[in-house]
Amino acid sequence: MSRLRQSLPGIAVIAVLLAAWWAIVTATRSVIFPTPWQVVTGTLELIRDGTLWLHIGASLGRVAAGFSLAVLVAVPLGLWMGWMRGAYDTLNPLFQILRPISPIAWIPIAILWFGVGNASPIYLIFISSVFPMIVQTVAGVHTIEKRYLRAAENFGVTRYKLFTQVVIPAVLPQIIVGMRIGLGVAWLVVVAAEMIALRSGLGYLIIDSRNAGNRYDLVIAGMIIIGLIGLLLDGLMRLLEGLKVVRWRYAH
Amino acid sequence: MLTNEGLTEHGLTKHGPAERRRTDSVLTNALPTKIDVANLRKSFATDKGTLAVVDDVSLQVGEGEFIAIVGPSGCGKSTLMRMIAGFIPPDSGQVVIDGATRLQPSPQGILISQHGSVFPWLTVQQNLMFGLNGTQSMSEKIAIADHYANIVGLKGFEAAYPHELSGGMLKRVEIARALAVKPAILYMDEPFSALDALMSLRMRNELLKILGQERHTVLLITHDVEEAIHLADRVMVLSPRPTRIQATFEVKLPHPRKLTSPEVQRLRMAILKELGVDADAVA
Repeated sequence: MSRLRQSLPGIAVIAVLLAAWWAIVTATRSVIFPTPWQVVTGTLELIRDGTLWLHIGASLGRVAAGFSLAVLVAVPLGLWMGWMRGAYDTLNPLFQILRPISPIAWIPIAILWFGVGNASPIYLIFISSVFPMIVQTVAGVHTIEKRYLRAAENFGVTRYKLFTQVVIPAVLPQIIVGMRIGLGVAWLVVVAAEMIALRSGLGYLIIDSRNAGNRYDLVIAGMIIIGLIGLLLDGLMRLLEGLKVVRWRYAH
Repeated sequence: MLTNEGLTEHGLTKHGPAERRRTDSVLTNALPTKIDVANLRKSFATDKGTLAVVDDVSLQVGEGEFIAIVGPSGCGKSTLMRMIAGFIPPDSGQVVIDGATRLQPSPQGILISQHGSVFPWLTVQQNLMFGLNGTQSMSEKIAIADHYANIVGLKGFEAAYPHELSGGMLKRVEIARALAVKPAILYMDEPFSALDALMSLRMRNELLKILGQERHTVLLITHDVEEAIHLADRVMVLSPRPTRIQATFEVKLPHPRKLTSPEVQRLRMAILKELGVDADAVA
């Protein structure tokens, strides 16, 4: 009941916005800009002919590939850089320069290197999500409290045990934060990448709908679906924060 | 200030530094020397130059002896303890344990500190098994963990995570994890000072009970004079920074000690006076 009351203002804002949108479109008799209802019927049309699922599947598949690759690279690399001072000093300056470059700026080079197939957006997703995850993992290693490392040293544990039972579990909450950020960026980037070169995906759906006859109802439908899926992905990453081995970090 | 007032008739003795050698040799005769600390010095580099923290500390601890070190806050107690435990190297002097120079930490001497180091990502049982690096089988390790969980009163909490426990119970996990590796020495750096007064008193009694079952050599650092008298065989008073051992008191009272007894009160006032506190005002 209190949960419902808590979400009430948020729902109210969305409802007011929809009503205003509807009223303005009706009042201005716009022929291009759709009403909310036209967006709904447009969406139903996409569901019925099956193209919606194809676009969603294509986008999610690219994100899954690029993001998984980024996790596989960023986590070991971040742990190594965090633990070894020399590795940090060697690689950090390069990463600090590469990190602020927008993934969009990489598009021409991605097309040059990987062509206009799936490899380009996967590369763009990789490059955009790998840096936030490296940064978070390194920060996680650097902020391990000394008392835990001292205790491990005191008990004379092996290097293997030090990593599996102290360092990695201590950094895991930060890794999860990095993954949340990384996946969020990946989702932003896949849509942008698909707008440029591809023939499938939600980004392509938006651009194609505009180019093929100003179907702004489908443009807005695509935008809303992107938003909802992004919310869902973030929710999935939040589930990771509920894992028993990391709950200590979020418990207080 | 360092006059030998001779409280011996109450079972208490106090020695100034001049008397220290004699006391130590007497004790060495009684118990084999476990820890021999000789002329430790330590200073740290700061923006304003070098800061001398520990200035020529020597002490001997007998096997199974309980030594409390009290001193004003910021006097370098923890630095001294970490040097003895092998976590930081001294500028000069040495620490000899069982006849061998101590250069680094070892499971033979476990440090228990104020804020604790129970791993929050491991369950109570996993924490208790953390230090068991020997060749024991998994079931043997679990049996050891359960045994010590039992001793400190954590039975039934083996699967709990530390954030589900109270401060007192966390302290129990910390102590049990140390005991599980059967260390010869326990280094306790203000172990109970983060607990409330009642819990701190309870933990002291439990520690004494455990030490009654398993004898360990204990080096306790505290700013709580009453805690020192309650637990220790000898109480050493440190001077302000750079710290030296200013005086040593023997506590020849049998356990359980009655903290309200006149002997304890007299000793407490003598130690407080040594620490520069007006003992009459707190009496």
